[in-house]
Amino acid sequence: MLSAISVRNLGKRYRVGRGAARGSYRTLRESLARAASAPLRRLRGETHGAGEDFWALQDVSFDVQPGEVLGIIGRNGAGKSTLLKILSRITKPTFGEVEVNGRVGSLLEVGTGFHPELTGRENIYMNGSILGMSRREIDRRFDEIVSFAEVEQFLDTPVKRYSSGMYVRLAFAVAAHLEPEILVVDEVLAVGDADFQKKCLGRMRDVSRSGRTVLFVSHNIACIESLCDRCCHFAGGRLLRVGPCLDVVRKYYESSQTATDGFVELSWHKGRTSGSSPVMRSVELRDDLERPVRQVCMGEALTVRVGFVAPQTIRQPVLGVVVKTSLGAPVFGVNNRFIPGFELDCSSPQAALECRLEPLPLMPGIYWIDLWFGDAHRDIDVVYEAASFEVTAADIFGSGKLPPSSAGPVAWPATWRLCESLVEKQHA
Amino acid sequence: MSTEATIDSVSDTPECHTAVLGGEGQVEAVGPNMLARTLIRPPTGWQLVNLRELWRYRELLFFLAWRDVKVRYKQTVLGAAWAVLQPALMMVVFSIFFGRLAHVDSGGLPYPLFVFAGLLPWTLFATAIASAGNSVVGSERLITKIYFPRLAIPFAAVGAALVDFLVAFGMLVVLMFWYRVPPTWGLMVVPVLVALFTLAALGVGTLLAALNVAYRDFRYVIPFLVQLWMFATPSIYMNTEEGSGFRVQERVQGSGFRVQQSDEPLSTNPKSKIENPKLLHSLLALNPLTGLVASFRAAVLGGPLPWSMLGWSSLEVVASLLVGCLYFRRVEDSFADII
Repeated sequence: MLSAISVRNLGKRYRVGRGAARGSYRTLRESLARAASAPLRRLRGETHGAGEDFWALQDVSFDVQPGEVLGIIGRNGAGKSTLLKILSRITKPTFGEVEVNGRVGSLLEVGTGFHPELTGRENIYMNGSILGMSRREIDRRFDEIVSFAEVEQFLDTPVKRYSSGMYVRLAFAVAAHLEPEILVVDEVLAVGDADFQKKCLGRMRDVSRSGRTVLFVSHNIACIESLCDRCCHFAGGRLLRVGPCLDVVRKYYESSQTATDGFVELSWHKGRTSGSSPVMRSVELRDDLERPVRQVCMGEALTVRVGFVAPQTIRQPVLGVVVKTSLGAPVFGVNNRFIPGFELDCSSPQAALECRLEPLPLMPGIYWIDLWFGDAHRDIDVVYEAASFEVTAADIFGSGKLPPSSAGPVAWPATWRLCESLVEKQHA
Repeated sequence: MSTEATIDSVSDTPECHTAVLGGEGQVEAVGPNMLARTLIRPPTGWQLVNLRELWRYRELLFFLAWRDVKVRYKQTVLGAAWAVLQPALMMVVFSIFFGRLAHVDSGGLPYPLFVFAGLLPWTLFATAIASAGNSVVGSERLITKIYFPRLAIPFAAVGAALVDFLVAFGMLVVLMFWYRVPPTWGLMVVPVLVALFTLAALGVGTLLAALNVAYRDFRYVIPFLVQLWMFATPSIYMNTEEGSGFRVQERVQGSGFRVQQSDEPLSTNPKSKIENPKLLHSLLALNPLTGLVASFRAAVLGGPLPWSMLGWSSLEVVASLLVGCLYFRRVEDSFADII
């Protein structure tokens, strides 16, 4: 079958440094000066490019099949956005080629081409035509767009008078009604309030189910997991791996930290808050068999062990653990300052402190751990997202089924009973 | 390390015949499965203008121009009247200073009409190159976020200037009625001349737009250039070669019409004679707008068309269009990276 997108040895180089810095422009004077000094530089044997090369993408090859939803993950600067820019033809590659079969609609931003002075109606047409819709197409979908955006009353108001929520809704509504064969989406879900994000996500799901090819870049791993079949992981401009979404995401988490096997060095952790003294040195996650783990099954216990080195003895060390979803929403927090019976007596400035999280009622997914370390009165060291772990699916209800992830991060036991006799009494 | 990457070699199914049009990387063709096929490749240097693609994006071009026009007059009290007012006010100013005080020769024509007929196409050209020159830099968000033929941006800016021109042309018609200048067959040439002005503006405008992206110096060069060019163009004064062609208009001597007496001599005003007209002439003739403005005035006000000048100007227009568009196409691939 003909691939929807086929990327071959793609490379993109930017010149950084003097003269042609990335993101800056030259002035005529600089250019003239460079041209004038070129023979001199050649005499001195200097190489042609005075600036350094920066490869935003290097040697990237992959294929996307028609109808596939491909997620793209990677840290900032990994080359994701450059890839999308090349695929949507905004910029050209330095090497390699891409073959695209089908009309590409790219959504690197919502509201591109919106003008604050124009009314909602005018902006729908403007933005639609920028995104590649024909006027007839916009006419046909106009009512749908307006009702999706919920701005019926304000159609003839300039969008500069819109609330930011309305603005974003309208912008996304136009984009969401784009119907290309291939859709390229970059982080657009990172706008708007939670409700709207949910709506956008729903729309994305519809789009991906309608058999269109979708390329989806996001930092939101939960979105990627729920939308994508396959996933690419980029790092440093290279494609590290592509494969089934869950596998790649798991490997991504492994690589996104300094160590594997559930051990994380904390001395220089980037999640440390300002004002913290770096007392916590490491965190290790262990299962009940004392093995370091990155994964626990649903309903298994997890022990968080924090090694610390303090300048002087901390008499009553306190460890707070907050477990958050991959979206950053806290699920629960524990702290032995609040929970009586765990006043620990420590006589050494360096030791390890363990907190055992009883069998976790968490749904499958990735979770982050924030750590709060202190004494009986104050926090000394706080590290956000110090470590992460994955909860894998288990048949905890014995039915072979689990509630959908949209039902929340907690798997909670519950009981049901039928109360026919009560109903009869009430109606009697 | 792309070992895990599934590299399926593209098996080009034999029934999918896709034509390769030009080696510049955007290949459009429709296979039997009706999928447009695009190849994205590194830039190859000079490339032709993809007219077919521009045509496909004509609606976007229209919307961009429409947005420019719409936005320009939003929240203004007078709205599109500004399109008329700008050249009209300039006409008043020039009539006072050049017509009344400096007695610049206008070939026997009423100076306000003479200057307006010259200013009108000049304003079209000047606004078009100024706004086209800044258009690409001003559309940074569009360029870094979405693909479309980049030429659409300066083209749309020129289109918006054209709309202003058409509005202001109404003013010229009014002036002609007021001064009783009867329309002549020369008016038939006006659309061609307007097209030439537009093409000239497209050529210069795209060149400036492309240069402006790489060298922001042009932000300051453009207003200066426009001003300088205005004085190098016989829009507010008369090119002597052109002037001799104008005859006193045969006024309609009908009952209700006011007959204008022209006692003044038709020959060039001695005060405005220039020391070395030959050199200045050849310099003026290099300016493509000299021929265009002279032709426009002749066409509207009924003088003989300076065909040789017009021919030369047309050649220059085509050349500037080629240079502008080709240079633009050459550097447009880097716009998103350096803007």
